[in-house]
Amino acid sequence: MNSANTAQAEGPNAYPSAAPLEFRNVSKRYPRSDRPAIADLSFSVPAGEICVLVGPSGCGKTTAMRLVNRMTDLTSGDILLDGESVTQRKPAELRREIGYVIQQIGLFPHQTIAQNIATVPKLLGWEKDRTQRRVTELLELVSLPSEMGDRYPAELSGGQRQRVGVARALAADPPLMLMDEPFGAIDPINRERLQNEFLRLQAEIRKTVVFVTHDIDEAIKMGDRIAILREGGVLAQYATPDELLARPADDFVARFVGADRGLKRLTLSQLHDIVLLDVPTAHVGDAASDARERAAQRDADELVVLDGGEQPIGRLPVARLNGQPVSADDADPLTSTASRETSLRDALSLVVADRNRPLVVLEADGRLAGLVSLELISAALRPADGAGSPEAARGAQR
Amino acid sequence: MNDFVDGIKFIGDNSGLLWHLTIKHLELTGAAVGIALLIALPIGIWLGHLHRGSFVAISISNVGRALPTLALISFGVAILGIGFLNSMIALVILAVPPVLTNAYVAVEGVDRDAVEAAEGMGMTPLEVLLRVELPLALPLIFAGIRIAVVFVIATATIASVAGGTGLGDIIVDQATYRLPGVIGASICVAVLALLAQLLFALLQRAITPRGLRVQKVRPGRPESAAAVPVITN
Amino acid sequence: MSGVLLAPLAAAPVIPDFGRGSTCIRDNKLFCWDWVQSNWGGTLRPALIQHIELTLIAVVVGFAISFVLALAAYRWSRLEPPVGIVAGILYTIPSLALFQLLVPVTGLSRTSAEIALVSYTILILFSNILEGLRNVPADVRDAAEGMGLTRWQTLWRVELPMALPTIVAGLRIAVVTVVSLATVAVFIVNEGLGAPIYAGLQNAFKTELIAAGALTVALALFADGALVLLQRVLTPWARTARS
Repeated sequence: MNSANTAQAEGPNAYPSAAPLEFRNVSKRYPRSDRPAIADLSFSVPAGEICVLVGPSGCGKTTAMRLVNRMTDLTSGDILLDGESVTQRKPAELRREIGYVIQQIGLFPHQTIAQNIATVPKLLGWEKDRTQRRVTELLELVSLPSEMGDRYPAELSGGQRQRVGVARALAADPPLMLMDEPFGAIDPINRERLQNEFLRLQAEIRKTVVFVTHDIDEAIKMGDRIAILREGGVLAQYATPDELLARPADDFVARFVGADRGLKRLTLSQLHDIVLLDVPTAHVGDAASDARERAAQRDADELVVLDGGEQPIGRLPVARLNGQPVSADDADPLTSTASRETSLRDALSLVVADRNRPLVVLEADGRLAGLVSLELISAALRPADGAGSPEAARGAQR
Repeated sequence: MNDFVDGIKFIGDNSGLLWHLTIKHLELTGAAVGIALLIALPIGIWLGHLHRGSFVAISISNVGRALPTLALISFGVAILGIGFLNSMIALVILAVPPVLTNAYVAVEGVDRDAVEAAEGMGMTPLEVLLRVELPLALPLIFAGIRIAVVFVIATATIASVAGGTGLGDIIVDQATYRLPGVIGASICVAVLALLAQLLFALLQRAITPRGLRVQKVRPGRPESAAAVPVITN
Repeated sequence: MSGVLLAPLAAAPVIPDFGRGSTCIRDNKLFCWDWVQSNWGGTLRPALIQHIELTLIAVVVGFAISFVLALAAYRWSRLEPPVGIVAGILYTIPSLALFQLLVPVTGLSRTSAEIALVSYTILILFSNILEGLRNVPADVRDAAEGMGLTRWQTLWRVELPMALPTIVAGLRIAVVTVVSLATVAVFIVNEGLGAPIYAGLQNAFKTELIAAGALTVALALFADGALVLLQRVLTPWARTARS
């Protein structure tokens, strides 16, 4: 959290750390073109949320993003950043308050990494000391060693350059970030790592982010809200990822999100988003009769055996209980377990792999949390409200 | 301005002499460029084909440029005395670098994919050179020849001080021909150089394979951008 | 008809007044070090200094003109063809002719010499500056704009620094070209290293020819080397980029 402090506490313009963004009936029409590039686009992004603009190529998603920092000027309508129309601002000044990350990154090859990151602070006339401290903070924030500040972009790998691009955009602690396919040119493995890193970073800095991508999976992963655009810059649907997958507005959206949208929804929720099944337990050495009684109370045909430290060590079918006290030897060892952070999709896979037997879920300290069954997972998919809905727990994921 | 009028008048009055000297000028240019081509083209093309010797092939034109023409001629005079041979050697030395460097860059820079495709289809190295590399390299090779020609036309003028024969004879001999003669001959040399430039530019266009003309080529600007930036236009 | 003036020199080199010099000088041997020593202060050094002056003025003025023209052509690409054609024509006109053609206008003066020399730098510098600016990758320009650099800031802080290697490459060629052509200026103004060369040609005195010629070559190579060093200092990033 200290990262944002240099920028904020001492800044000549003490920015809010995030600002809401609103598109109001925005249209963009290029001269000598019969069709608008953006048609009557309206949506609003609450402060601190990631809004993903997604759609097929030619849908105007990049154009829509560039309207915000006036790299392209809108034809009609208005865009409000923190309640203020961007059209009233001088473009250069406006842009210094908005972080900007593009696919090719566009690092300045003739400047060191530190100089690159210091670009906007320098434009804003920060003192040297403060800029220097901010650069160090940002390198740390994006997990780059501070020695890297003296290197030139050509000496860095693609992933490192992308981190520098993000750090550079964050330099003046802008209330809004624009990111145009920021991870598009990175190989899949590193892309996923950078995505996760950015989500972790965002949990810390809580910027308002407009994120452009053509990849629906990336949109679902990164977005708090997703705006799907169709050709001609028309908004097809604006919703949370879960709503989009559960209730696509029309055929276009349904096709765009894909036939596997049910499975995609499962990736959105983790086991701590749902109420797990209670399961009877027995400690090693408990009397068989007590154990059988406890199972009978819950109408269960199986017990989870715990050791002295309350750690589950196996599952014991009630039928195996003979007169002897509960013993670890009688129980089936735990072949697979899940944690609260396991996604529903992974949980489903584990359940199916274990012949649809409910899966044991553990708490972070290794104690038993409960069981998850096929029925529970499929119930979570049903669009319903209440504690079981992944939608309700969406925020908790971060 | 009167001097220019007199200069043009001189051209009219002495067309015979000027024509004679122009022919001599062109003969000297042609001979020098011809010899330079015989030396430079095979070396440049061969090195380019082998993708070897880039340092030599590129830096020769830097060295060539660093040789002031008048200084070179003066060395020639000091060693060989005044005469045709001295001028000829100086002109050849000056014409070799642009031809060699351009030939090298042209052949070396031919799209590797095209060469590999040719090899993959079973062409011998010689066939690759003759059927793929040379046709594609031709425009840039030709640009080198053009630079050499224009350069030699200009330098042949100066060579008059060392016993060359051409339009420079008049320009360096103001005592005999007076200012109008000098101006008239200067105009002739300037026109000659510009015409050569134009003619070769048109020829270069004509020999450029049509497939290469379509794409907006800015040919051969890798390392040669530093070495010979003006070779193309 | 040709070589009226020179023919007698070539035929019968009457040894002119080479002074009370050594046998080496009196015999007009290929190179006499003692002549260089005794004429350094009086002939060669002043000529070298004049030559450097001629070159510096031409390159500085030529660079200023080319810089403005290139920035204009970068901003308004329509300007490029006319500027390129005019600069190309000037570049093509043989130096000796161009020097003489300026005589009726600006006389037998240093001004004439500089005008001609400047005109040879423009094609080289103009094309290289423009090329350098145009080679700045679009994404870098986009990022600069997106971060809120004004057009002017982008030019001075991003585009020109990135164009430096190409610009310096052009400067190297321009300097070497001017050093070479400045010797030819001797036909209209008796200055620079062309003067001792010309004098040497008049009386076929070998030492003077070789000494002045060698100084010219050395000056060209030195200037070229100095610019290479300058570029290394100015563009530390270009070295890492290649490795």
